[in-house]
Amino acid sequence: TKFTLLRRTCQEAAALVIAREDRQLKLSDAVALKLHMMACKACPQFENQVLTMRSAMAKWRDAA
Amino acid sequence: MATFEEQLVEHRVYLMRFARLQLRNDAWAEDAVSETVLAALSKPQTFSNRSQLKTWLVGILKHKVIDMIRLNCREMAIPDSGMGNDSDELDKLAFQADGHFVNAPNDWGDPQQTLQQNQFFQVLDICMEKLPPALGRVFLMREWLELSCDEVCKELSVTPTNLYVQLHRARLRLQECLNVSWFGRLKA
Repeated sequence: TKFTLLRRTCQEAAALVIAREDRQLKLSDAVALKLHMMACKACPQFENQVLTMRSAMAKWRDAA
Repeated sequence: MATFEEQLVEHRVYLMRFARLQLRNDAWAEDAVSETVLAALSKPQTFSNRSQLKTWLVGILKHKVIDMIRLNCREMAIPDSGMGNDSDELDKLAFQADGHFVNAPNDWGDPQQTLQQNQFFQVLDICMEKLPPALGRVFLMREWLELSCDEVCKELSVTPTNLYVQLHRARLRLQECLNVSWFGRLKA
């Protein structure tokens, strides 16, 4: 089913969150990630870590 | 007041830190920094005081580091994606067989507060230094030299798939290092 196609585990969602730092996700992956994030309690926390890292590297780069 | 030449010498240690972090080889880093100082000495008039001297020198250093990567790209070969799969090990520790987290990710709190602490950046530096050489190089080519993935692939002659795997490993390791060395410490 379409729903099965869009299902992602936390491990897959975490990999997509990291991949997003270096490349544009396929539309199906982006939608699946969005759906997973809406239903999951743990993954938004992981995403927050990745976004903090992004901000940290931007600040580190400025200082450098 | 220090002369231009004296100021250049004063910045050498600072420049070495970044060259070493990116190139992971003391001899190459020395060469890149020496080339940077030589370029600055040969054209001091191009430094127009619009930016800090340090900032201007780092701009030169980035070009010299890229030259050094081109010169030594064969020795910087990225391991095949299937080898040294430490991120797979990290995945095994972090995730159950069904793909759920073993333990929910740490709450890193307010990023703004974290990023105002100098100590955090000292820990970040240490974590970057601890990355294996191949991972550290590709990570910093993206984050410090600000090359696109296409450019990194071209410079290192690797496929995009291989590069994405290496970047995934680097980012995951760095995140885990910060988890243990900074955020875990705050929690304790």
